[in-house]
Amino acid sequence: MELDAKIPEGPIAEKWDQHRFEMKLVNPANKRKHEVIVVGSGLAGASAAASMAELGYDVKCFCFQDSPRRAHSIAAQGGINAAKNYQNDGDSVFRLFYDTVKGGDFRSREANVHRLAQVSVNIIDQCVAQGVPFAREYGGLLSNRSFGGAQVSRTFYARGQTGQQLLLGAYQALQRQIGAGKVKMVPRSELLEIVIIEGAARGIVVRDLVTGEISSHCADAVCLATGGYANVFYLSTNAMNSNVTATYRAYKKGAFFANPCYTQIHPTCIPVSGDHQSKLTLMSESLRNDGRVWVPKNAGDTRPPDRIPESERDYYLERKYPSFGNLVPRDIASRNAKEVCDAGHSVVPGGHGVYLDFADAIGRLGQKTIEERYGNLFEMYERITGDNPYRTPMKIYPAPHYTMGGLWVDYNLMSTIPGLHVLGEANFSDHGANRLGASALMQGLADGYFVIPYTIGHYLATSKLEKVDTGHAAFRDAEREVREKTDRLLEIRGRRTVDDFHRELGRIMWNNCGMSRNKAGLEKALEEIPRLREEFWKDVRVLGASESINQSLEKAGRVADFLEFGEILCHDALDREESCGAHFREEHQTEEGEALRHDEDYTYVSAWEYKGVGNAPALHKEHLEFENVHLATRSYK
Amino acid sequence: MKLKLHIWRQTSQDAPGAFADYELDDVSPDMSFLEMLDVLNERLILDEQEPVVFDNDCREGICGACGMVINGHPHGPQKLTTTCQLHMRKFRDGDELWIEPWRAKAFPVLRDLMVDRSALDRIIEVGGYVSVNTGGVPDANAIPIGKGVADLSMDAAACIGCGACVAACPNASASLFTAAKITHLGVLPQGEIERNTRVQEMVAQMDEEAFGHCTNHGECDAACPKGISVDFIARMNRDFVRGVTREPITR
Ligand SMILES: Cc1cc2nc3c(=O)[nH]c(=O)nc-3n(C[C@H](O)[C@H](O)[C@H](O)COP(=O)(O)OP(=O)(O)OC[C@H]3O[C@@H](n4cnc5c(N)ncnc54)[C@H](O)[C@@H]3O)c2cc1C
Ligand code: FES
Repeated sequence: MELDAKIPEGPIAEKWDQHRFEMKLVNPANKRKHEVIVVGSGLAGASAAASMAELGYDVKCFCFQDSPRRAHSIAAQGGINAAKNYQNDGDSVFRLFYDTVKGGDFRSREANVHRLAQVSVNIIDQCVAQGVPFAREYGGLLSNRSFGGAQVSRTFYARGQTGQQLLLGAYQALQRQIGAGKVKMVPRSELLEIVIIEGAARGIVVRDLVTGEISSHCADAVCLATGGYANVFYLSTNAMNSNVTATYRAYKKGAFFANPCYTQIHPTCIPVSGDHQSKLTLMSESLRNDGRVWVPKNAGDTRPPDRIPESERDYYLERKYPSFGNLVPRDIASRNAKEVCDAGHSVVPGGHGVYLDFADAIGRLGQKTIEERYGNLFEMYERITGDNPYRTPMKIYPAPHYTMGGLWVDYNLMSTIPGLHVLGEANFSDHGANRLGASALMQGLADGYFVIPYTIGHYLATSKLEKVDTGHAAFRDAEREVREKTDRLLEIRGRRTVDDFHRELGRIMWNNCGMSRNKAGLEKALEEIPRLREEFWKDVRVLGASESINQSLEKAGRVADFLEFGEILCHDALDREESCGAHFREEHQTEEGEALRHDEDYTYVSAWEYKGVGNAPALHKEHLEFENVHLATRSYK
Repeated sequence: MKLKLHIWRQTSQDAPGAFADYELDDVSPDMSFLEMLDVLNERLILDEQEPVVFDNDCREGICGACGMVINGHPHGPQKLTTTCQLHMRKFRDGDELWIEPWRAKAFPVLRDLMVDRSALDRIIEVGGYVSVNTGGVPDANAIPIGKGVADLSMDAAACIGCGACVAACPNASASLFTAAKITHLGVLPQGEIERNTRVQEMVAQMDEEAFGHCTNHGECDAACPKGISVDFIARMNRDFVRGVTREPITR
């Protein structure tokens, strides 16, 4: 199939404005006649649902948490980028665009990224108007910091709780529309099927997580804003319930899945403490602004950090990347941590940890300043580990964090299924092979506040949609499929818990398709995953009934999807015979061990089409053109 | 370490509940409290017993999903800490733990340790926002806000909506939750415009949801994992009086 990204004509800086003019509008009086379903209430979903309701659409919004305010976006710590240039340090829309394309290692779509940079400035205005209490300077103006490898200060933040404050802003806007009767909010419910009628997405089937009731909901368009899939690794920084089910089930219904192998491993997380580990905690990247990363020069040195003299420490990021130092992008920081640990320099038992040391910064700036900047993060670190980072360096190690891959969408955020739109982390569009810090919040809100409200109108105004209701056979069939799958899970009554399977899948994925990948490992994973999946369907134990709260049943459905999806991820990683961004293929590196891209062969988006469980998916390519930022090797030396 | 657990089990909202007793003998001090319950749950499943139901998601102390009363304390014994961030090193070998759901009329128990907190969303729904639509807003730096004011607003905005304040209050009042939102928005110029009406709407909704009134026990402040100050309740009360006198609403 020809993948048409529908990128508007014209110079990059004018595409979005021109497109906004050219898109068809829905008559204001007709908007309320259009029902739109939004699945997800994170930054992308909540902002989209609220904004579309304000425009007059009849919106229904779903999430699996008990309240929309608890979506995973709430956990983002560090900040949100915007090209405001409030600091007069040389930032501009073009620079943010340029940095994002380069940071994504030239695997993203220029037109989308430029639009993102353009609307970034509106996001900050919007959030401030909603009452988001961003950090401020004494003069009353907004404060910025430099974040995640950027050389300008363009990151806006609210202490270490930026995601929380942005989400509360969007949540409050959403609650306002709920109160006004314009959004029907359906919390504690999980999408289990997408319904396609005459080729277009016309609704969803959900399970009520309290009563177990399976119900159908129809609409003129469906928006998925269901987040990322890093939990395919079992241990990640994502919330416990984050999962791939919504996007994966859409994929099984014909939506293409793009670049699943682009999974970001965040360099600064608290290392694993034992087999009981249920998730990994991120220590905000902002810590790298003042913390210095090091390991002992001698492999196997087990002395406590204060006994290791300066001359026997290896500040390896500063040594290898003198111009960016500790602020190199995430993929580079992570890979280097793995490299030094694999070479025996780990500072924790088990072999997976490096130091992040604040002694210098405390000496230079005083403890009070450090406390002001990172107080809550330091407290969190101490609560979890029992160590005080003011006195002894933090121990950190990379962990799966964010997924750049997601459902393929065109410039209008529509997937290959007409009417099915995908927003936020759930789509693939803006970050290429690697996301820069503070850009996910920006993208989620850009999609929700400033892109979908326009493009949805264009879709509705230009599509001929028959009236359908949930009595349609397609809904009945989807409901039956959902029921059958649920019943099957409950009938197995095997010997192993759902978590046990998830842990094993996570190990397979992390060992073979984690921070670095090679052909043999990926092929091994492609043998092990189907075997594990088969065992799951024979031997998983899910107790209880489907007509009540049953958290094991919820998890089982999600893990069942991960067990299929993991294979797609490995297929993609195997197909991409190059290293780019977060995707590092050991076969493709420079003599110095840096990523080696193969632009002639791989400057494309891999969009995978479902071909049945266990069968290799079919590859479709969207070729990428770089007309404004010229293909170049990323260098942070 | 070894632990003796008494956990509230209740199969549905209408079913009667009771404590069930369990023992764990290989708890690691590095586990979080919820990881300890994960271990128990996996064991229960292997023993053909249904696992204990509890809400949780971020496990980073920010989403507000988790929450249980541990030995009489909402979120357990450690100050400024949610249940998910509580670690077993805070307990001792041989400890006996009584684990219960939030108890409040406005928070019906759904199952085991999971309660329905949607009443809190409805309090926000009636006024916990600034009435602006997407687009057409001024530049973010057009209205300077003093650092002190921004910080105060942020102190209040840090509320995670977990409901521990309600669980701690002898009156099961949601005053701290409500006051935190009223302060977050009310001290900012953006929220000032609706300050008089917001407080009246939200307080009325709080009453309607069957939360009790504040009688200054201060238990909420002590239990809050985010350190939201009881002072905000005084601010809410003042705003309420100001609102009713200047711009009374009829509901
Ligand atoms: C610890 C951490 C820190 C981070 N810090 C930053 C940062 O500082 N800056 C930055 O830019 N980014 C950061 N990120 C990344 C960023 O937070 C996320 O990428 C972003 O918030 C995702 O938002 P979203 O709206 O796409 O999805 P989410 O917030 O994940 O929301 C998903 C929504 O979908 C719903 N959902 C999912 N599946 C279903 C289903 N089947 N049925 C019904 N509902 C469903 C959920 O209930 C939820 O409401 C961080 C991420 C983590 C994990
Ligand atoms: S699980 Fe999110 S606050 Fe505890």
